[in-house]
Amino acid sequence: MAFVLPFEKPIADLIGRVRELRAVAVLRGPEGLDDDGDDPIEAELKALEGRAKDLAKEIFADLTPWQKVQLSRHPARPYTLDYVSRLITDFTELAGDRRFAEDESLIAGLGRFEGRPVAVLGHQKGRGAKDNVRRNFGMPHPEGYRKALRIYELADRFRLPILTFIDTPGAYPGIGAEERGQSEAIGACLAAMARAGVPIIATIIGEGGSGGALALGVANEVFVLEYGTYSVITPEGCASILWKDGSKADRAAAQMRMTADELFGLGVVDGVVEEPAGGAHHDVDATADAIRATLRGSLDRLSSLTPHALADHRYARFRRLGTFVDSAV
Amino acid sequence: MLPARKPAGLDASLKQSFGKGVFRKCDGCGETLTAERLAATFEVCEHCGRHHKLSTRRWLELLLDEGSFHAWDADLVPTDPLGFEDGKRYPDRISAAQKKSGWKDAICTGHGTMFDRPVAFGVFIFEFLGGSMGSVVGEKITRMFERAIAERLPVILLSASGGARMQEGILSLMQMAKTVSARERLRDARLPFISVSLNPTTGGVAASFALLGDVNIAEPGALIGFAGQRVIEATIRQTLPEGFQRAEFLKDHGMIDRIVPRTEMKREFERICALLHCPTV
Repeated sequence: MAFVLPFEKPIADLIGRVRELRAVAVLRGPEGLDDDGDDPIEAELKALEGRAKDLAKEIFADLTPWQKVQLSRHPARPYTLDYVSRLITDFTELAGDRRFAEDESLIAGLGRFEGRPVAVLGHQKGRGAKDNVRRNFGMPHPEGYRKALRIYELADRFRLPILTFIDTPGAYPGIGAEERGQSEAIGACLAAMARAGVPIIATIIGEGGSGGALALGVANEVFVLEYGTYSVITPEGCASILWKDGSKADRAAAQMRMTADELFGLGVVDGVVEEPAGGAHHDVDATADAIRATLRGSLDRLSSLTPHALADHRYARFRRLGTFVDSAV
Repeated sequence: MLPARKPAGLDASLKQSFGKGVFRKCDGCGETLTAERLAATFEVCEHCGRHHKLSTRRWLELLLDEGSFHAWDADLVPTDPLGFEDGKRYPDRISAAQKKSGWKDAICTGHGTMFDRPVAFGVFIFEFLGGSMGSVVGEKITRMFERAIAERLPVILLSASGGARMQEGILSLMQMAKTVSARERLRDARLPFISVSLNPTTGGVAASFALLGDVNIAEPGALIGFAGQRVIEATIRQTLPEGFQRAEFLKDHGMIDRIVPRTEMKREFERICALLHCPTV
């Protein structure tokens, strides 16, 4: 793993040592075995790997909200297509909004989840500079949201459950985005999701940045990965508004209650999907398996509902979010 | 300001105190107007047509038949779900805003008539924490749509908001989903939603119901958009073009049906409701 966060360093160092030792063991060949035919280095390697896992668990048990935000944006973190390739068979990507352009920061398609036909939508970040230009760092323009809108309507018509994967810093703020109606595009997505007569299940796999995330989030059930976040504004944006200082993002992150456990406590998400020791990027397959189990359970719960009941279920879910007091009572 | 109008023989400080509350300078053309005259024109400059901020009470006076307004859910007050503190505790900010504005949160909703036509009516209160949408605003808008459906009323909602309320964090974001869901039920009930964007209508309010009207109307010159101008400038490292995100810009780009001066709005709303076959009393 090329990119290492400061608090990941002790874990990365241990994993690095295991890797070096393993390379030595391979070079050394069978003459290194002891009298019983066991490999003493292999035993030590196993112990070291165990220690790396324990260390990861120990360090990760105590992460600050800001460190979790950093994990949610980790450059090595799996993105939507990493999960789609593991969870969806017959994936058939669909492109374009039929209005203006194709937006590759939001991917859409059809496929099968455990044999069942579904529609899939997700923000897609890029790996490396070149890929990130193509993916616009996972920040859709209105065209991305109008492609999503197309998929919501298509899925509704063909009675396909919709699986969404949320991972965006936010909708793109730019001149063209405003000219082509970023606000309306997001609003229209919220409306289409509210109306759909099919199960919608959203999973926040990384960053859930504001309205740009919510445009994939008006679901019957919403899940978040253990180190995913969901917020009304980025901590940097919050800090720069409140304290005119974007560098106080760590303080803002703590105030905003945007981590998985806190989102669950607030009722904003219906469940937290546990990540492997050290985070999703340490074991993508295991993370995908955990998501699969969650989606399966959710689909099983929702599949028996009629189209009308599904829309009502979604209405009731969002209807109860928010806190206030009636001072007249 | 024309030098000839300076009262002779007064020094600067005296002049200021003399003019305070009596004269006001137009934010658009700089013309000096009497506060009395501005009040009579509902804060619209007679010289350049600039629309200045209008208080909530004056909005009710301008748009609804006299004495017809009955508030809904006027006693809903915010709580502090996150325990938010940014140098000042959120409950203290709320108290200060309540004292300053005279309202319990950033929206006023209710029932009234426009030329005898019953309507569900809402107007944001911008002086209350920038008209930001937290749980109370979201709940009141949702209830307004629900009551409009139950009572078969058209909805006219005037937005003036910086967006979601940061101090209620993610719960503010959820109000976008909640209000839009209710708006869609009004659509299914075939009742009109006239969405009016005042200055400013941005962020989470723009990106939820504000541009989802059956008819989208804006006040002349209103700032309407998704992202704040500072954010856009910081992202693209360019200064923004003149008139960017103004009502006229949005109309040019197909997002707004009509730009309507404040003083013509009541007639306009009544006509649209009539054309969309809403029953009168």
